[in-house]
Amino acid sequence: MSALVKLIDVRKRYADAIVLHATNLSIERGKTTILIGPSGCGKSTLLRLIIRLIEPDSGLIEFNGGPVTADTIVTLRRRIGYVIQEGGLFPHLTARANVLLMARHIGKSEDEMRTRLADLCDLTRFSANLLPRYPLELSGGQRQRVGLMRALMLSPELLLLDEPLGALDPLVRAALQKDLKEIFVRLQQTALFVTHDLAEATYFGDEIVLMNEGRVVQKGSVTDLREKPADPFVAEFINAQRGVTLT
Amino acid sequence: MNALRSTRGQRDRSEPEVHLARRARPGALLRVFLILVAGVSAASANPIVIGSKKFTESYVLGEIARRALNDAGFATEHRQGMGGTIILWQALRGGQIDAYPEYTGTIAQEILRNGHQLSFQEIRDALRKFGAGMTEPLGFNNTYALVMRRSEAQRLGVRTISDLRKHPELKFGLTHEFLDRQDGWRPLRERYGLPQQSVIGIDHALGYAALANGSIDVKDAYSTDAKIEENELVVLEDDLRFFPTYEAVFLFRSSMSPDAINALRRLEGTLDEKRISHLNMEAERAKNYTFGANLYFEDGGKSPNSLGETFPHKLARWTLRHLELAGFSLLLSVIIGIPLGIVASRGGLIGQAILGFTSIVQTIPALALLALLVPVPFFGISVRTAITALFLYGLLPIVRNTASGLQDIPRSLRESAVALGLTSFTRLWEIYLPMASRSILSGIKTSAVINIGTATLAALIGAGGLGEPILSGLNLNDHITILQGAIPAALLALLVQWFFDVLDRVLIPKGLRL
Repeated sequence: MSALVKLIDVRKRYADAIVLHATNLSIERGKTTILIGPSGCGKSTLLRLIIRLIEPDSGLIEFNGGPVTADTIVTLRRRIGYVIQEGGLFPHLTARANVLLMARHIGKSEDEMRTRLADLCDLTRFSANLLPRYPLELSGGQRQRVGLMRALMLSPELLLLDEPLGALDPLVRAALQKDLKEIFVRLQQTALFVTHDLAEATYFGDEIVLMNEGRVVQKGSVTDLREKPADPFVAEFINAQRGVTLT
Repeated sequence: MNALRSTRGQRDRSEPEVHLARRARPGALLRVFLILVAGVSAASANPIVIGSKKFTESYVLGEIARRALNDAGFATEHRQGMGGTIILWQALRGGQIDAYPEYTGTIAQEILRNGHQLSFQEIRDALRKFGAGMTEPLGFNNTYALVMRRSEAQRLGVRTISDLRKHPELKFGLTHEFLDRQDGWRPLRERYGLPQQSVIGIDHALGYAALANGSIDVKDAYSTDAKIEENELVVLEDDLRFFPTYEAVFLFRSSMSPDAINALRRLEGTLDEKRISHLNMEAERAKNYTFGANLYFEDGGKSPNSLGETFPHKLARWTLRHLELAGFSLLLSVIIGIPLGIVASRGGLIGQAILGFTSIVQTIPALALLALLVPVPFFGISVRTAITALFLYGLLPIVRNTASGLQDIPRSLRESAVALGLTSFTRLWEIYLPMASRSILSGIKTSAVINIGTATLAALIGAGGLGEPILSGLNLNDHITILQGAIPAALLALLVQWFFDVLDRVLIPKGLRL
C-alpha cells in the first residue's frame, strides 16, 4: 500500500493563531481515513490544504508521489472530490447541472455524461426524477447525495468529506452513513472523512487520526485509541463521546 | 412650400425606423436600436441648429430665427434654453449650434473679455478670428437693469441706482450669471458704492416671483423683460452709465451658407424695444414661444405658414431623445460598472478607490458635473457630455451592487467552485455572476431610474430630452409646460421599472427565484 497523499512538516497559521503545527501524515490508497477532533483542532484546515484552497506556510504536500505546483493545481483539484456540509450546491443550477458542471467544462460527450449520471444515481440512491430540480427544491439528504454525485462525477482518486452529514437529522444521517460506506467499499475509494462524531468515525474508519489544537495526537484504529491512548486528551475525548452515547 | 418640403424630409427619415421596429424580432432588437440611434444622429447633423438662452426673449428670438430660416428653405432645429453665454458660445465655436441670439455688451464683456466699449466693427473683427460672424443690430437695446417694485421705489424715493446707497437694508436677489459677470454685480457695486449686505443668487424667473412677494427688493433684469410691466416694477436709472449697450444681434458660424446668413440678416433693424417687449409679453401670456415669434411675422405682413411643431411630435422628439440619453448612458454604466464592481468586490486598495471614486461622483451636483465637463475639449456642448455625465451618475449603484452581490456569495460556495477545479473565468461567468445577478440587476434598475430623472438636466446644455419643457416651463412659471416634461419623465421611470421587473424574470436564474 502506497500513500496517495503525503504531508511533510506542513504548517499553517492565520495572523497570530497557529492552526496547524508541523504535521506529517500519509493517506493510504483504498482506505477511509477519519480525521476527528474537537472544533478548531485543524482538521478542516488539513483538508483545505490538501485541495489547495489554502497554501501551507511551510512544508510539502505530495500527491501521487510528486509535489503540487501552480501549474498542476487545477488538474489536482479535478482528481479530488470535495464534499462539504449542505453539499455546497450552486443554487442557480439544477441538480443535474451541478453534477455535470465539471464534465461539461472539460468537454465530456453527452453519451458519456448520461451513462455516468445514471450510474451515479444508482450508486447514491438518488431518484433520477429529481435531477431537474433546483437545490432549494430538494431536502437536506437529497442535496447531500447530489453533492456526492458531483464529487464522484469524474471518478476522483481521492474523496475529501468535510463533516458531510453534520447538518442532517438522525434518520437521514443513518441512511446516508450506510449508503456512503457501501459506496466506499464498492469503489474502493480513497477517502479522507472529517467528523467530530466518534460513532461515525468508528463506523467508517479503517484508520482514525485524532487531532487537537493543531496537532495530530494519535493515529490508529478505534481500539488503539481506546486501549492505548497516547496522552490524557485522547482518553478524555474517547470517554466524553462514550458518555454522550450512553445517556 | 419650402417649409413643407423640409417637414416631409423629416418624416421620410423616420419612416424606415417605424417599419423596422414593427417587424423587429427579439434578435433584431439591438440592430433596430443602433439604426434608431444612427437615425437620430444623422437627423441632427443636417439641419441648421439655432441655440437660445434660458429666458423668454432669447427663446422668442431663437424661434424667429428658426422661422426665418425655415421660410428661406432650410431645415432647422432649435435647441432651446441652453445653460448660459459661455455654453452657447462654446457650442457655436464647436459647431454644435450654427447661430444664436446674443447682445453686443455681452459679446464684448463675456466672450471677448474686453473691458472697453467696443464698436461693432471691432467686435466683428474679433469674432472673425473664432470663425464667427455677427448680424447688424436687430433694432433694440436690451441692457441690464436693476428693477424694484414700483410702490416700494416710490415710498423710498428711489429713482436711480445711486439712490440705492441710502437704503442699505434692501435685499438683492441676483441671477447667478449677473453675480459673476464682468459687467455684473461686483463692478456695479464698486462703481456705485452700494452698501447692501443681503445679496443672494436666484434663478431669473423665480426672482420675479420673489420680488413680487417681497422676499427680495431689488433684482437684475433685462430692460425688455415683459415681466417689468406685468409685475408693476420700475427700472432704476443707470445714472453713472455703468451698463454697456446690449444691442441684440445674431451670432452665427461664418461657415454657414450665405443664403442662411442672408436670411438672418433680413431680421436686422426690424425689432424695436416696444415690439420685442410686446412679443415677449405675448409669448409669456400664451405660454408659447413659437406664438410670440409668429406674431413677428404676422406684424411684418408675412404669411403664417409654419405653426411650430405639434405637441405629439414634440413629445415624441423629447421622449426619443430622453431615452437615447438615458439608454446610452445606462449601457455604458453597465459595460464599465460591472467589471469595476467585480474588481471592487475583491477589496483592497483598488477596490476602495473604485467605490470611493464612484461615491464622490454621486455627490457632485448634476449641474456642476455638466459645467465641469463642458470646458473639456472632447466634450463641449454636446449630447456626448450629457451622456458622459449620466454615465458617471449611473456607475455607483451598478458598481456597488455588483461588488456586494459577489461578496455576499457564501464562502463555502466559492470554495466549492474552486475545489471543483473550475478556471477562474468559468467560476466568475458561470457561478459567481449568475449568483449575484439579482443584486446586479437591482443596481442596474436603480441606475436606470436615476438616469431617467437626471437626464432632464441635459436640456441645460442643449442636449434636449424631456428637460426642455421643464426648463422652459420654469422660465414661464407655467406649470402646464413643466408637467408636459415632468409627467412623461415620471411615466418613463415607471415604465423602466416595470421593464426591469420583467427582465428580472428572464435574467435571474430560476433556482434563485424559488
